[in-house]
Amino acid sequence: MAKNFIPKIVAFCCNWSTAPVVNKAVESDAQFPPNIKIVKLMCGGMVTLAFILKAFELGADGVFVATCRVEDCHYVTGARRAVDVCDNTKKLIDMLGFEPGRFKLGRFSSLEHKVFEKAINEFIGVIKKMGPSPIKVQRRTTASTSR
Amino acid sequence: MISLKSAIKNSKAYLCLECGKCTSVCPVSKFNKGFSPRVLVNRTLRYSENDILTNKNIWACLTCAMCDLRCPADIAYIDLTQATRLEAQKLGEEAICSHGGAAQAMMRIMTATNLQQKRMDWVDNDLKVAEKGEVLYFVGCLPHFDILFSDKGVHTIRNAKSSVKILNYLGITPAVMPQERCCGHDLLWSGDMENFKKLAEYNINEIKKTGAKKVVFSCPEGYRTFKIDYPKYFDVDFEVQHITELLRDAINEGKLKFREIDKVITFQDPCRLGRHLGIYDAPRKVLSSIQKLKLTEMQRSKKRAVCCGVSAWMNCSFYSKRIQMLRLKEAKETGAELFVLSCPKCEIHFNCAMKEEEARDDIKIPTEQLVTFVADALT
Repeated sequence: MAKNFIPKIVAFCCNWSTAPVVNKAVESDAQFPPNIKIVKLMCGGMVTLAFILKAFELGADGVFVATCRVEDCHYVTGARRAVDVCDNTKKLIDMLGFEPGRFKLGRFSSLEHKVFEKAINEFIGVIKKMGPSPIKVQRRTTASTSR
Repeated sequence: MISLKSAIKNSKAYLCLECGKCTSVCPVSKFNKGFSPRVLVNRTLRYSENDILTNKNIWACLTCAMCDLRCPADIAYIDLTQATRLEAQKLGEEAICSHGGAAQAMMRIMTATNLQQKRMDWVDNDLKVAEKGEVLYFVGCLPHFDILFSDKGVHTIRNAKSSVKILNYLGITPAVMPQERCCGHDLLWSGDMENFKKLAEYNINEIKKTGAKKVVFSCPEGYRTFKIDYPKYFDVDFEVQHITELLRDAINEGKLKFREIDKVITFQDPCRLGRHLGIYDAPRKVLSSIQKLKLTEMQRSKKRAVCCGVSAWMNCSFYSKRIQMLRLKEAKETGAELFVLSCPKCEIHFNCAMKEEEARDDIKIPTEQLVTFVADALT
């Protein structure tokens, strides 16, 4: 593993809890890592297995899904749906044979920017130990998709 | 581009009489009036290459080969479609992938050679499999489908269990590869030659390592890919066989004994096994050797069997659902209690259609795979 390996992280963030958290974390003087790409979704329940697999396919070293706590979901059932999708994704990642630790689901409330910061830095630490993703980028373009 | 011209030559598309019989039998054209195989062939021949390659309709074809069989000029329509898609991909054109492209992403991830897959969880204690052996069973994407489509209530992995059970019954301990990859069928038909070749090469090398002389399939798509597409690009020095052919041979030799099953069933010919490879009689021979079992044919069966509505996880649409409902209705009209299928994708698609909100009781029929049905009937 190269010493100066900077992992590429994709974070899918719910608009209602984690997007404000990210803003706060960026605004504060905290050490918020620059190598993390935030994809803002209107709800954590919007995340599908395809989003996560596609991120890995296109060269992400780690994928982080950040949603509300189940009881705080703005759309009532979205966060619960995200949990189900993430459970399925973990099973599939395990079967496909790259480290399940490359994928993580975190739940935050909109005030917990310190907690979020800590969680994301821990996650980056884990990915740094694992090294680059075994999946090599294959594609010139991304496919158009339907739900 | 030379290869589209050679594809026209190889598929004899220039012989098109413009009779429109392809369109009249096409299951997509029946519902989607904007789609016509005749028009597509015509555009390929008469217009600029750019016109056909950027046409969205080339991705809507199910490649079910209904037009191939009906064509009086004997045009290899699906070969032309495959070549057109491969060329279109070079221009950056792509299909609309169903399920958000999850299946395709999974297959492309599998092209990485250094994965440590854990795909053998389905092997129970009562199943005997080996690492090496003369006969190899190719599982395909069955374990992955069960996770991807867990909300559809299908258990395609039962195919693999039943196939191994049948092979064990015949005294064969099949080799199963723990690091097997997807056969690449879906990537090939969606125009991704680069990654198809990677998967094919990997699989052929892995099979060579097991020393297998015969590879048995339960999935018709994998079988077609290994039998027709792999030899086009690679040296394949092993024999391939579909499990229904193996069962038919075993029945002819009197090696299989079934218990009586008092049921009325109907059978769906998958397009890859039927029209692509011409295997219609083997599954029927297997089913007819079960005593008291009554096989009623649907209005359209064998060569005229209607496709399950989607191919290669592309372009699943309102029209696909209409095709599926039409086929389910035909199955229900036979009065059968059970709809026997022999392709895992047919099982997923039909079960998906039955879960639609507008699905009424006249299309709801229990489905089962041929291999699981036969394996359960063994004494």
